[in-house]
Amino acid sequence: MTTGAQALAGVKVVEFGAYAAGPHVGKLLANFGARVVHVESRRRPDGFRLEYPPFKDRVPGVDRGGCFAHFNDSKYGVTLDLHAGTGRELAQRLLTWADIVVENMRPGVMRRLGLDYEVARSVNPGVVMLSSCNMGQTGPRANTPGFGSQLSSLAGFCGLTGRPDGPPMLLYGPYIDFIASTMGAAAVLAALDQRRRTGSGAWIDLSQYETGLHFVAGALLDYHRNGTVAARQGNRDEEAAPHEVYRCEGGRWLALSCWSDAEFGRLARAIGRPDLAADPRFATGAQRRAHAAELDRAIVPWCAAQDAERAATILQEARVHAYPVNTMADLFRDPQLVHRHVWRRRHHRVMGERAYCFPAFDLLDTPGEITSAAPLLGADNETVFREFLGLSAAEYEACQARGAFQ
Amino acid sequence: MLDGLRTLDCSDRLGWLAGRMLADLGAEVVKIEPPDAGVGASDWQAYNANKRLLRLDPGRPRERAALAELLAHADVLIETAAPGSPLAELFRPDALRARNPRLIQVSIRPFGADGPRANWQASDLELMAAGGIMSLAGEPDGAPMRVGAPQASLWAGAQAAVGALIALAHRGATGAGQQVAVSAQAAVLTALAHAPTFYDILGEVPTRCGEYITGRTLTGARMRAFWPCRDGHINFVLYGGVAGRRSNQQLASWMREAGAPLGAVAGIDWSTFDPKPLTQVEVDELEQPILRFFAGLTKREFLESAAAREMLGYPVSTVEDIAADPQLEVRGFWDDLRSAGEMRARHCGSFAIVNGVRAPLRHAPGEPVELEALLAEFGGAGVRAPATANAS
Repeated sequence: MTTGAQALAGVKVVEFGAYAAGPHVGKLLANFGARVVHVESRRRPDGFRLEYPPFKDRVPGVDRGGCFAHFNDSKYGVTLDLHAGTGRELAQRLLTWADIVVENMRPGVMRRLGLDYEVARSVNPGVVMLSSCNMGQTGPRANTPGFGSQLSSLAGFCGLTGRPDGPPMLLYGPYIDFIASTMGAAAVLAALDQRRRTGSGAWIDLSQYETGLHFVAGALLDYHRNGTVAARQGNRDEEAAPHEVYRCEGGRWLALSCWSDAEFGRLARAIGRPDLAADPRFATGAQRRAHAAELDRAIVPWCAAQDAERAATILQEARVHAYPVNTMADLFRDPQLVHRHVWRRRHHRVMGERAYCFPAFDLLDTPGEITSAAPLLGADNETVFREFLGLSAAEYEACQARGAFQ
Repeated sequence: MLDGLRTLDCSDRLGWLAGRMLADLGAEVVKIEPPDAGVGASDWQAYNANKRLLRLDPGRPRERAALAELLAHADVLIETAAPGSPLAELFRPDALRARNPRLIQVSIRPFGADGPRANWQASDLELMAAGGIMSLAGEPDGAPMRVGAPQASLWAGAQAAVGALIALAHRGATGAGQQVAVSAQAAVLTALAHAPTFYDILGEVPTRCGEYITGRTLTGARMRAFWPCRDGHINFVLYGGVAGRRSNQQLASWMREAGAPLGAVAGIDWSTFDPKPLTQVEVDELEQPILRFFAGLTKREFLESAAAREMLGYPVSTVEDIAADPQLEVRGFWDDLRSAGEMRARHCGSFAIVNGVRAPLRHAPGEPVELEALLAEFGGAGVRAPATANAS
């Protein structure tokens, strides 16, 4: 019963956002058929275009960066000077056109630009607006600027990562931004459903901090119920043992865990050490956790002599939890990710064939797609303002002459 | 916003957050558990708040038939049934669709529905490994690290909720439900930011660098991200460019006002500061006085002063710090619920504020609903009349 159309066909989205937390919302919607317009200006392009590598041939340029491309495939790119009258008028026309507006500016910026929810609602009563920022729109620290990589510290993630006797660990990038963007996408879709049924729009105030706390909600509840303060514990677990990573032949790492005595018995046999299962030090989960260092010493030599892929295969065949620790390179050859077509190559006019990441879900009757590479800066001005907004050629040229597209 | 959306959550940990998110957005979510399943653990309680609990034994024919009846009247099913299990048989997509063409079936598996490793076993550790994020966390020469609280199931659940709601939008337009398939391994890729693009564009493999950030200097010098303070750590980075300028200037004035020795900090013109050409010796020299200054601060002092000075940077919080954060209190983030047989417990409230209101959680975790009552509720007139004729 495939309809042929994508699930969000006809849904119109405009993004006044940059970096990750706003644009990743639009990407998720665009991959399932929404028409998403990403607004930048020539004077201030999206910070991800220039501020961070990698760049094609290591040469920085607004259309050469992987960082911007990663979060903006399948969208239309426009430039507007939001500080000039004509540019702002066109931005307000985009508010009228859109079903969903996504913004991740600091609180108050959209109001100063004349693009806040009250304005949007006055021209488009059913509009759904998502405002996503570090702390939310209200509260004593509402105006705090912040990067997601550091906000991941405030929300507990970095403090829970690392060895018990060592410092906290970074989680590479703005880990928490993607929690906010994914939960934000769910919120705008719920608002869209409400609008379909009732005609009412909605303004969604999303605090990236608060969405992140939902990813440590169990530890927070444990504190509130029992006073337990969770601490970093390396890769150990309170239930499973072993529960660790081991270095394999060639330097790759293998993650493995045993969740029952029976599973530990299967591990012991699979690594040629059936004696371990009979060893009283390793008889129960509690015993194995108490003797974790000795247990590791028993497992290390087998892993060190195996290729990580082969070791994982042997252990999975023995019904033991195991998987190689994939590096960024490994992700492009992981058989399961390859099978799912997670990476989809699309042609970018400056960067050439690039891999874009498909979301982790798909709809079986109306599948999603990476419909195009990320847009060049302002590449779709004409399409968006003439076709989508209906400007005549003369009007478009007049806007251009007045510097609206700078 | 999702008022009246009847959702049956038959998932294990991989799907809990999906149901919780739909519930926070207004859906009526019923968590289904076997009669003997434990529901007391903090994770279960946290992610199954705002849902009612139906105890049901799918091994008993009468209860299986009742579940099938509920499914015939449900809008959304969230399930994680392992192939070959009794529930997997009941959740066969063609059979479900034949009975209820409007049903949105969200199927979450560790590695997705099919593929060479679809049947591999995985807990959070293996999924975080398979999704690449562990390779990016930990000491540069040490073992890859996972976050100490399970994350992969939450990435999967959040993606599943988005998938369910995209399918709901499609159903709104056409009347037709469908199956949404989710891979937890692939969901972890969401957490990687743009790290994979280094490999795709340059053939470089980003890796972990412990408490430092790299890639900010042309000399390869590493810059500190975590600084010990009186009661833990602070995350602060001497960024260059516009982003760093204000924070660095503010830090220097703060140190000056506090009478702290400035050392190399005194000689920097922050309006033109650029970390790119710095050598490791220069970075270390610059960091020494800051290390001494931060060592005398508490996390709370840093949080409040940095916010007042509009500086980038945050303390490394524990759950205890988070529980005491006034920002969360003022925004009404916490929701106190009384579970059966329990004292009041403080939960994370609904994740979004809509039109100025954070919807209160409606059900304490484990709030029971009886099968007969639910059958009557589901069998009654649907709150959600089809927008168009069914496409069956």
